[in-house]
Amino acid sequence: MRPGALDRDQRRFSLDQLLQHGLNAIILGGTYALLGIGLTLIFGIMKVVNFTHGEVYAFGAYVMFALVMPLGVNFFVALVLAMALGILLGAAIELLLLSRLRDADIDTTMLVMIGAWIAMQNTEQLAWTGVAHSIKNPFPPEPLVWGALSVSWNRLFVFAVASLLIAGTYYLVNWTKFGKALRATFQDRDTAALMGVRIDRVNTATFALGSGLAAAAGALLGPVFVVVPTMGDLAASKAFAIVILGGLGSVVGATVGGFILAFAEELGSGYISSGYRDAMGFVLIILILLVRPTGLFALKERIS
Amino acid sequence: MTRWLPHLFVLFLASVPLWMTDNYILHILITTGIFIIAAMSLNLLLGYTGQLSLGHVAFFGIGAYASALLSLGFEAHIAPGLLVKVLPKPVWFAMLGGIASAAVCGYAIGKLAFRVRGAYFVIVSISFAEVVRLVALNWVELTQGPMALNNIPALKLGAAGLELSFLKKPMVYTLVLAVAVLSYVLIRRLVQSRAGRAMIALRENESLATSVGIDVTAYLVLATVVASAIAGAAGALYAHYVRIVDPDIFLFIYTVTMVIMVVTGGKGTLAGPIVGGVLFGLLPESLRAMAMPPEVQWIAYGVLMVLVVYFLPRGIVPAINERWGAGEATASPLRNLVVAAKARS
Repeated sequence: MRPGALDRDQRRFSLDQLLQHGLNAIILGGTYALLGIGLTLIFGIMKVVNFTHGEVYAFGAYVMFALVMPLGVNFFVALVLAMALGILLGAAIELLLLSRLRDADIDTTMLVMIGAWIAMQNTEQLAWTGVAHSIKNPFPPEPLVWGALSVSWNRLFVFAVASLLIAGTYYLVNWTKFGKALRATFQDRDTAALMGVRIDRVNTATFALGSGLAAAAGALLGPVFVVVPTMGDLAASKAFAIVILGGLGSVVGATVGGFILAFAEELGSGYISSGYRDAMGFVLIILILLVRPTGLFALKERIS
Repeated sequence: MTRWLPHLFVLFLASVPLWMTDNYILHILITTGIFIIAAMSLNLLLGYTGQLSLGHVAFFGIGAYASALLSLGFEAHIAPGLLVKVLPKPVWFAMLGGIASAAVCGYAIGKLAFRVRGAYFVIVSISFAEVVRLVALNWVELTQGPMALNNIPALKLGAAGLELSFLKKPMVYTLVLAVAVLSYVLIRRLVQSRAGRAMIALRENESLATSVGIDVTAYLVLATVVASAIAGAAGALYAHYVRIVDPDIFLFIYTVTMVIMVVTGGKGTLAGPIVGGVLFGLLPESLRAMAMPPEVQWIAYGVLMVLVVYFLPRGIVPAINERWGAGEATASPLRNLVVAAKARS
């Protein structure tokens, strides 16, 4: 065999590999964006850093597990139910903990949310023990193959639903009356209140919506990976990295940030070291801080 | 009388190894003391500069790992083809090395993270601790990863013939107490100095502080370096006391423990972290005595944190001071000045 032919084969191989990583990243980026949008909405409207976000994500995954595995509920019905329960949980957290702290400074609400996070995570650990569970999915086990690329049906479904939810959120924020109230509150809370926007309701609805998105992400990814009580920590740290990348409060930023993080992780774990996959978010944060501390899509100056 | 109260308290604490023979209680006192040192250092950032730093356990862990590695000796590839080999060093030197490593990391991360404030700073500090944990977990050649660093030697001082070994609990207790008192004095000197006043000023109103010529970032970095060095010292004490270090030392829950100690005791007061530290150092033990699983302890921490923010937002020490009229740093004339200026602006 001529040496040139081998070279070309190797190059094609690595190009295929690169494309496969890219495809994986796009699929993963959808759920990352979902997580980031929920967090960034809550911060933008309520000025609350939601440390319970990861726990709501884990809650979504556990509801999915509890419904599908022991109870045998239909997979798709369970998905809808998990999201609905996530919305309810979010509304409960807001009404119980945050509604009385509306005029408190950001550090105070942060401490309360950290307390809630610790309590929720350990309650999950206590209730479901540390054992990892897997969730059966109704999709064919053999992947969809297209040339040298392959993707499992389950992941494709996850991506489709995530895209649908992202599009739905954009529609909700930009073209509905509720979205108008949301954007008005974001721009100027006091003026919006004077114009008749019920700020307390906007707050509750925002927190419920953000939590619903997080629970949906958990319910979608639960069947892809396994379900463990600590899964929320990783999800939360990724969501934080995403919103820092995009700029806190920016929905577009969170969407783009989710895909950037997914690409960085895929390429980083494929070409550098898989052990540092979860450190990629931090590397990106450092780069952003060095180059553009305001984030990619920041809406206002960060240093008060 | 109140002037002498702290001295009497320290004397009483110093006398504990003379009459306390129960090793279990000594162990609880030692771990509580180590946590109090760490909480005092966090208070410098959280209480005096007003920056909610949630990556503080990273400096504690870096101090522990660096000190343990220097005392054990290690071989590691820093870069491809660059092998660094360190022979075992005496423990006192290793502990100083641990403190220095934590301080250097504090400088680097302070320079980087103080480009942003508020929520951004908090998130950056958390991710920093998370990355340090991942490095400790994955750099197996250096840290042994999840297998942990074992057989870390205990501190020994003095030459042959007159040797002080800090292997037994009463000796470790005395050492921890000495470091705690030293850290307290250091933090008090710093807080009551010109630099400390600058820190409080920037906490109260950063724009105003900048406008009167305070180099805000420089003081924030200074506070971070001092705080991380002290946290590193606490980590080094911990490593040579329990004599095993694994990546779980970086768990976020330990940062939460420090934060809850500072917030409950009263942030921005010198006595706050000590009061909070004693409370939360002894609480887990009483919960364990009731045979509760560890999750219940953390749930209790979480719920308590929420309750403290609701009902004792400024902490125990300021609440006591208010009731009995003893003013500490919270009622300083400078603060009143800044508050007045803020009200006018």
